[in-house]
Amino acid sequence: MVMSYLKKLYAFIIFFFLYAPIMVLIVFSFNESKSRGSWDGFTLKWYIELFQDRQIMSALYNTIVIAILSSTIATAIGTAAAIGIHNMKQFKRSMVMNLTYLPVLNPDIVTGISLMLLFIFLKIRLGFLTLLLAHITFNIPYVIISVLPKLKQLNKHIYEAALDLGASPSYALRKVIIPEIMPGIITGFLLAFTLSLDDFVISFFTTGSGVSNLSITIYSMARRGINPKINALSTIMFVTVLLLLIIVNKRMSKTNIIKE
Amino acid sequence: MKEGRISSPYIIWMTIFIVFPILLILFFGITIRTDEGFKLSLENFQRFFEPIYLLVLWRSIRLAFISTVICLILGYPMAMILANKDLKMKNTLVLLFVIPMWMNFLLRTYAWMTLLERGGIINSFLSLLRIPPINLLYTEEAVILGMVYNFLPFMVLPIYSVLIKIDKSLLEAAEDLGADSYTVLRKVIFPLSIPGVISGITMVFMPAVTTFVISRLLGGGQFTLIGNLIEQQFLFVGDWNFGSAISIVMIILILISMGFMSKYEKENEGAGLW
Amino acid sequence: MKKIIKAVVAMVLISTVIFIMTGCGQSKPTLKVYNWGDYIDESIFKDFEEEYGIRIIYDTFATNEDMYIKIKAGGSDYDVAFPSDYMIERMISEDLLYEINYNNIPNYKYIGDEFKNFSYDPTNGYSVPYMWGTVGIIYNTTMVDDTVDSWDILWNEKYAKQILMLDSQRDSIGITLKKLGYSLNTKNVDELEAAKDALIEQKPLVLAYVGDEVKDKMIAGEAALAVVWSGDAVYMNWENPDLEYAIPKEGSNLWFDAMVIPKTSKNKENAELFINFMSRTDIAFKNADYIGYSTPHIEARNLLDEDLINDPTAYPELEDLVNCEVFKDLSDFLREYDKIWTEVKAR
Repeated sequence: MVMSYLKKLYAFIIFFFLYAPIMVLIVFSFNESKSRGSWDGFTLKWYIELFQDRQIMSALYNTIVIAILSSTIATAIGTAAAIGIHNMKQFKRSMVMNLTYLPVLNPDIVTGISLMLLFIFLKIRLGFLTLLLAHITFNIPYVIISVLPKLKQLNKHIYEAALDLGASPSYALRKVIIPEIMPGIITGFLLAFTLSLDDFVISFFTTGSGVSNLSITIYSMARRGINPKINALSTIMFVTVLLLLIIVNKRMSKTNIIKE
Repeated sequence: MKEGRISSPYIIWMTIFIVFPILLILFFGITIRTDEGFKLSLENFQRFFEPIYLLVLWRSIRLAFISTVICLILGYPMAMILANKDLKMKNTLVLLFVIPMWMNFLLRTYAWMTLLERGGIINSFLSLLRIPPINLLYTEEAVILGMVYNFLPFMVLPIYSVLIKIDKSLLEAAEDLGADSYTVLRKVIFPLSIPGVISGITMVFMPAVTTFVISRLLGGGQFTLIGNLIEQQFLFVGDWNFGSAISIVMIILILISMGFMSKYEKENEGAGLW
Repeated sequence: MKKIIKAVVAMVLISTVIFIMTGCGQSKPTLKVYNWGDYIDESIFKDFEEEYGIRIIYDTFATNEDMYIKIKAGGSDYDVAFPSDYMIERMISEDLLYEINYNNIPNYKYIGDEFKNFSYDPTNGYSVPYMWGTVGIIYNTTMVDDTVDSWDILWNEKYAKQILMLDSQRDSIGITLKKLGYSLNTKNVDELEAAKDALIEQKPLVLAYVGDEVKDKMIAGEAALAVVWSGDAVYMNWENPDLEYAIPKEGSNLWFDAMVIPKTSKNKENAELFINFMSRTDIAFKNADYIGYSTPHIEARNLLDEDLINDPTAYPELEDLVNCEVFKDLSDFLREYDKIWTEVKAR
């Protein structure tokens, strides 16, 4: 009995530790005063200022476009790569897999810097394009890692049966293999999408010429001091994440019930 | 199925964007810039082994190590609580644990800046208790706190995902054989959860040792970590050669620790988190 | 399942198209401006856009070195940048700047003559002065009861952990050299070594090495003393009247920031158009009034508030600054400064 209370207390403390800072940001995003020790009354002005801030809005735009494009392209390249890798001979396969794990294991800062050196070496102007290329690059391995296990579970004979029944290899691929591994592809896509949304370090080194994403903007704002606009931004992002996760979770539990 | 042709776009892509850039870093690392162009030299590495830079390396490892240990101590019991089968609303609680991880980590770090300041919430609270304000921000402790806060979920979730897979009958068998709950924990649960612990340690230690943001924002530029050193060389000093050499040292460091970890981690493959 | 996937794919595609289309909708010509953080009234961009139909893309840097590396390394295409004196000298000598066609900048005539012909741009060929000022100490009168007239106060144990230093190597090493009685352009290794030791000795007293956040921190009373640029001091005093600015008697740094056109620019004429616009009296006034820095623009200065014109923080008499020096480019010797600063911060 005591044990169970202790457990509850412990869990409460940890959750408090995780959420207290976020809650403080949310509460203070409605604070009239710019200083943070005192409460001067309720206001929505920081939200209005946030939406009028050109820099933040263009950063938001870049973040979303980059996330959509990079995760889509990475999913396409990554899925194809996974199918290819799955059918490779042992030696070549382990070579390619080592290559795949390299950016996953490499510290972000090294990946970011090496890409920056590459772009400068190739004389590509740092900006939107380089940011996109960098995001695709670090996203692909995660797609492959998500798709490969599904391919392993795949029954080899289905594909062969399809061929025996007269399907062309590409038809069999589209109609037999892809639908079977779809859950892995979707996981990979979502993973890539979130990683792209959240990335700071690699973006920081591979962008330039005034193109920035949300993370970079928050970093430069935070370096300038405490700004209630960031609090407002945090609140919006927190609520969005919360809603998204709740919706996803509801859907998942619903489909589970139907399946059962 | 026709062999690897379908993966050739990928292989070309990775050659251009992963292999070639790393070769560039290698090239810069083992050369120095002279008036006549680049000259092969190990000077950069020699420079890295000067006491001042070893101090930075040592500080990075020390802070990352402390943070990892704190994450483990705080996280393991939490993972056990979450993994408890009788827990009501378990999915919700796990979800609650994941949400902060989905928030931009800069925002999470920023949240602590507002809390720790001299005029921040914690100090205003202390002043109600008539305690004079203390410097919390821009200290080594603040940097460690930032690391623990940001990386704690990376410790809890892998351990959690291993713990829920433990066969309950094993635990019952142990109890039937007379083990008390402490012995069960020590002799059965903990050994079985080792793969989760290992991947948790990796997932906390690696980002912690290479971070430059947390030390910059919460340490006020005073606690140079190896990540800050690299950033400085590339973005402020412009000494790409020295910066590359430090990056190479870091890659080697990470690869060694990964090799070390993978010995313990056979089936888990580090995918436990997702 | 399949339907959901199709729906998701369709949504992704549609939203991508929409996003890209809205992005391309603004196909106006653009001009890329690279400036210090918080160093311009950003509403001026809108004025410029309305007047000339050129959209400004704005990016900021924290130190001269930061900006120099970005332009030198390539991979950028900034049209206008705002470096300081010694950095302009360096960029000229490394052929990173375009010569400006002053025929396109008629408003150059409003810039005071005392701000022309400085050693960093002896021929006045590459730069148009933007702002000028000094480096000094800002202190909170409620927290500091000593007279602030010397750099030594930043080494006073009494203010341990209440001192903010600039995270900028030339400035921080420079004031230390001044404190020790040396020139802030020294190339003497022993003098630099002494400065390094002094900075390392000071480090335990320092709360943080900061950039732009110094303003926020001092206004909020987070620290007692800070090294700042005079223009920031004016702004901080507006926000918090307890803050006072002093130029130490050992002398300090007198600096000039100017607008230049880096060779990365793809549209020199538009860059000149922008520089001329910034030097127009109404715009120069609006800007100086907003950021609080001291303008070299005579007409704009005369429009400013009486209090500001008479404020010795913003507009000291140039004769009073006899001990102050302007930074010079140290060319290759800069590596020593880099090294010292890295070591101080790594300690």
